[in-house]
Amino acid sequence: MKFRLASSPHQHIRRDTGQVMRLVILALVPGVLMQTWFFGWGTIIQIVLAVITAVATEAAILELRKRDFERALKDYSAILAAILLAVSIPPFAPWWVIVIGTFFAIGIVKQLYGGLGFNVFNPAMAAYVMLLVSFPVQMTQWLPPMNLAQYSHDFMDALYVVFTGFSVEGFSLAQLKTDIDGVTMATGLDTVKTGLAQGFTFSEMIDFPIFDSVISGLGVASSWITLSYLLGGLYLLKQKIINWHIPVSMIMGLFVCSMIMSLVDSDLYPSSLFHLFNGSIIIGAFFIATDPVSASTTNKGRLIFGAAIGVWVYLIREWGGYPDAVAFAVLIMNMAVPLIDYYTRPRTYGHSSNKGKPINKAQS
Amino acid sequence: MSEFKELSWQGLWKNNPALVQLLGLCPLLAVTATVTNGLGLGLATTLVLIGSNTTVSIIRNWVPSEIRIPIFVMIIAAFVTIVQLLMNAYTFTLYQALGIFIPLIVTNCAIIGRAEAYASKNTIGKSAFDGLMMGLGFTVVLVLLGAMRELLGYGTLFDGANLLLGDWATSLKITVFETESPFLLAILPPGAFLCMGLLIALKNVLDSHMERLFAAKSEDKVVQRARVTTES
Repeated sequence: MKFRLASSPHQHIRRDTGQVMRLVILALVPGVLMQTWFFGWGTIIQIVLAVITAVATEAAILELRKRDFERALKDYSAILAAILLAVSIPPFAPWWVIVIGTFFAIGIVKQLYGGLGFNVFNPAMAAYVMLLVSFPVQMTQWLPPMNLAQYSHDFMDALYVVFTGFSVEGFSLAQLKTDIDGVTMATGLDTVKTGLAQGFTFSEMIDFPIFDSVISGLGVASSWITLSYLLGGLYLLKQKIINWHIPVSMIMGLFVCSMIMSLVDSDLYPSSLFHLFNGSIIIGAFFIATDPVSASTTNKGRLIFGAAIGVWVYLIREWGGYPDAVAFAVLIMNMAVPLIDYYTRPRTYGHSSNKGKPINKAQS
Repeated sequence: MSEFKELSWQGLWKNNPALVQLLGLCPLLAVTATVTNGLGLGLATTLVLIGSNTTVSIIRNWVPSEIRIPIFVMIIAAFVTIVQLLMNAYTFTLYQALGIFIPLIVTNCAIIGRAEAYASKNTIGKSAFDGLMMGLGFTVVLVLLGAMRELLGYGTLFDGANLLLGDWATSLKITVFETESPFLLAILPPGAFLCMGLLIALKNVLDSHMERLFAAKSEDKVVQRARVTTES
């Protein structure tokens, strides 16, 4: 019998980039559907606009760079970045916001750095920060969840608002933002941030209509959306598209910080449950921070990377100027990735772990 | 004469203080939110450069080299003060808009760099001309950067030119598109960094393009090869 000698890897079934990206997009579907259910058709319209812009930008720039754009388009990476950006921005933001954002994500953040595999920063999050810094008004126009809104809106309304700023019946975005009591409504994180500044305690605020009445601290809409993204994230884990290190350490980072501070003073510092089920921490942990290009590449590094993002999210949410912070935290840690990777290089086979020198046989 | 040509080429393109030497980035990135601000600071810097280059060149043979840097800095500071007072008197609104960045011209490395590298070694005429060209090169970049950022940010060009050039310049304002929500990124410093990167990239593209053109031309020449081996 003859044994064939082959060098590793011995597992030959490998997925190409396109398959991986398609699976990630598939895993996003439950979250996107849930978001559409609560916030209306705007989300879908934003995704369509973003994907069209992303593909056009990617094709145009690859053509300029004289690269094979057909192959690059088939890997779905631009489409995935576009979808991630589209679900991050308010569903009824004007059309030019998502177009500028996607162009920035693909054109500047991804292609100017050399295309897929070379971008230092996460394209979707860099574009999100750019939009948030540039258009603070448009980027904070979150509507109340459908069941709490004063005026219901359908697909045509969403289309009209995105392109003209007014719904079919002529309601402006500011009017659509009012809830059943006629009060303008913000997101859960925003409510608590402004409420704390006005002197409310956290336990008073969790009775507000934006929060669930059964389990205190959970957002009415955001907890369902978060659970749907969690479902998609667990699917990715099961399919071995992502490793557990980044999501787990990121969630733990936020959980531990918020638990400690909540134990210190539960009136001023919201509970851990509130932090995990409001805002974008789950989609950030499973879909955004795990970006294979801009995240750390060693297992130990991934743990540090994720935990640091969790801590940053907490710091910025509590003491920063913005209600949510996943995008900022991811960008800050993207900058630290080369350093993390440098100090967490795994041991090479045949070398001792310290200083990468060959093992001294006399010692072993 | 070719010396002056060389100086212009160096100052405006090949050794441009902003695009190639990357000097004076602090005012470059901070004040170029509009064309007018860029032009104002560019002209002020040019005036200081000409003045300091000329003066340094005049006294170059009497300054002991051990203490030349403090002396250069004092000369530059004197000229900056003159320019600052002039702007305070004649273009007060622009003076207020540029704020701290007028006195900060003193710290612009491009100025002390030229004083040290060129003016302290060359004659008065050449030094003054070098200051003019370096200043103009800097100004052109400031104006281009200001134009990019103003266009992206506010959708206008030459807004507020009357602050610098007098009331007639109000009509210079061009509104390219109307916008209710200014593109804040272009107006804030990150936008300056991005635009600066794009300008440098553009210059590199032009350079390599010209190089290729030049190379293609020289290839056309038929070179007669000298025979190095004798026929046997």
